[in-house]
Amino acid sequence: MVRFFNTLGAPLLSFVQYLGEIVLLAADTFRSIFTHKLRWKLFLNQVVEVGLLSQLVVIITGAFTGAVFSAQTFFQFNKLGMGSAVGAVVSVSLCRELAPVLTALMVAGRVGAAMSAEIGTMKVTEQIDALRALAVYPVDYLVVPRALAMMVSMPLLVAECIAVGIAAGYLVAIFMLDINGTYYMANMVKWTRSRDIIMGLSKAFCFGILIVFISCQKGLTTHEGAVGVGRATTEAVVNSSLAVLICNFFLTMMFNIIYPAGYQ
Amino acid sequence: MIEAPPSPKISTEPQLGSDDSSPMIALRSLRKTIEQQKILRGVDLEISSGETLAIIGRSGAGKSVLLKHMVGLMEPDAGEIWVQGQNIIGLNERQLGAIRKKVGILFQGGALFDSMTVEGNIAFPLREAGERDPKVLRSKVSEMLEVMEMEGQEDKMPESLSGGMKKRVGLARAIIRRPLCVLYDEPTAGLDPVVADSINRLIRRLQKRFGMTSVVVTHDMKSAFDVADRIAYLHEGRIYFNGTANQLQQSTDPFIQDFLLGRSDGRGD
Repeated sequence: MVRFFNTLGAPLLSFVQYLGEIVLLAADTFRSIFTHKLRWKLFLNQVVEVGLLSQLVVIITGAFTGAVFSAQTFFQFNKLGMGSAVGAVVSVSLCRELAPVLTALMVAGRVGAAMSAEIGTMKVTEQIDALRALAVYPVDYLVVPRALAMMVSMPLLVAECIAVGIAAGYLVAIFMLDINGTYYMANMVKWTRSRDIIMGLSKAFCFGILIVFISCQKGLTTHEGAVGVGRATTEAVVNSSLAVLICNFFLTMMFNIIYPAGYQ
Repeated sequence: MIEAPPSPKISTEPQLGSDDSSPMIALRSLRKTIEQQKILRGVDLEISSGETLAIIGRSGAGKSVLLKHMVGLMEPDAGEIWVQGQNIIGLNERQLGAIRKKVGILFQGGALFDSMTVEGNIAFPLREAGERDPKVLRSKVSEMLEVMEMEGQEDKMPESLSGGMKKRVGLARAIIRRPLCVLYDEPTAGLDPVVADSINRLIRRLQKRFGMTSVVVTHDMKSAFDVADRIAYLHEGRIYFNGTANQLQQSTDPFIQDFLLGRSDGRGD
């Protein structure tokens, strides 16, 4: 019995400790944001790294998701004579779910991995100890600029993904599926509300926070040299992706309380 | 568990450079266990202002761990660490910042920031302290590079530097804000004898020019004899010997003799 509880308890305790470390890192970062001077150069570098250099990935993701979703929706809706409703379905789906989740997964893979690997390498080569020895708090120097850049960039990336997805869906609908463009646009504008956009951008903000703290925590706790950096990077991407998917469900349910389904 | 026998040469005399004021660094009954391994088992050590102390010991004896405790990079399980009369145990990272401005450290591999040039690395502490004027930064970096005998290397990236050059740049970065004390973690490890000698000369020159207190962790006996006013031998997690280079060489203690002569089959094993 004791062995059973030990077997069950050890991973559970370790998981709780892991969550605690992420929460403490987040608390430390937010405290630093409000009480210490921001290093603008580092922040802008990170905006370029997180936001600007993720453009291509996000545009391709948005475009092909919008295109394929438009086609699939048309194939089903057309049987019911509702082909012109495709625009509304594509737009609402992209705003509420597809764009935030897919963008977050792509950013976790591209930016989260890079953050974890960079900070992890700094950890195992004593560069983080060097920062501390030079009286620079690593959270101020490494985590704050990344966290702020992520909070700014993620909603913009998701907005871009939504726009590109809708545009791609429109082009597919008009030129490949022969849907009437006027009906497509009219239905889309009628059924897409500001709350859908608010939901998507709020989710993007939350996912950005999840990715940055999970990745930075993995980097800051890296050990065991090159193997450790590899492991930290993989775990950062996997954990960020899982956190995004799990959190997405709860955010959806929470937004359903704020904006109940069927509410116009 | 083997308890270290009482040191035959533990100095009870006032240490070099000591006066009525508090020592630069004082360690009291310092204990540290890492992954069930007792690394430090009650280290007592004082470093007076202006002196150069070499801490010697076998690989894995805990010399680097001890050094990192002196600047608060590691926290002991028990014991006290006093820096200029202030106990640093229990201080948080931000409070330790003030202490770390007084104590610079040269890491074993240099620990240079690999995203910055040599100039960026050396100027880093000044930039963090608020200095923004590029002319001032450039002139101070040039001055440090001259001290390190590395003129004209400002724009190189760390990856293109040799091991000895990385250590020099790391040292320049550590002392550019003129700390009161510099800690050297294996400054000559992995260097050829000529470059190692140049690093030893550099340590002596810095002490003479800036009057800095120095703590050199090494297992290179030549380096220890070259630079140190006093040598402490760390053995089995305790300071086993604490005295001058002459006292160390004259010691008949088997552990010390084994270490000095590089014997692996002596009675100390």
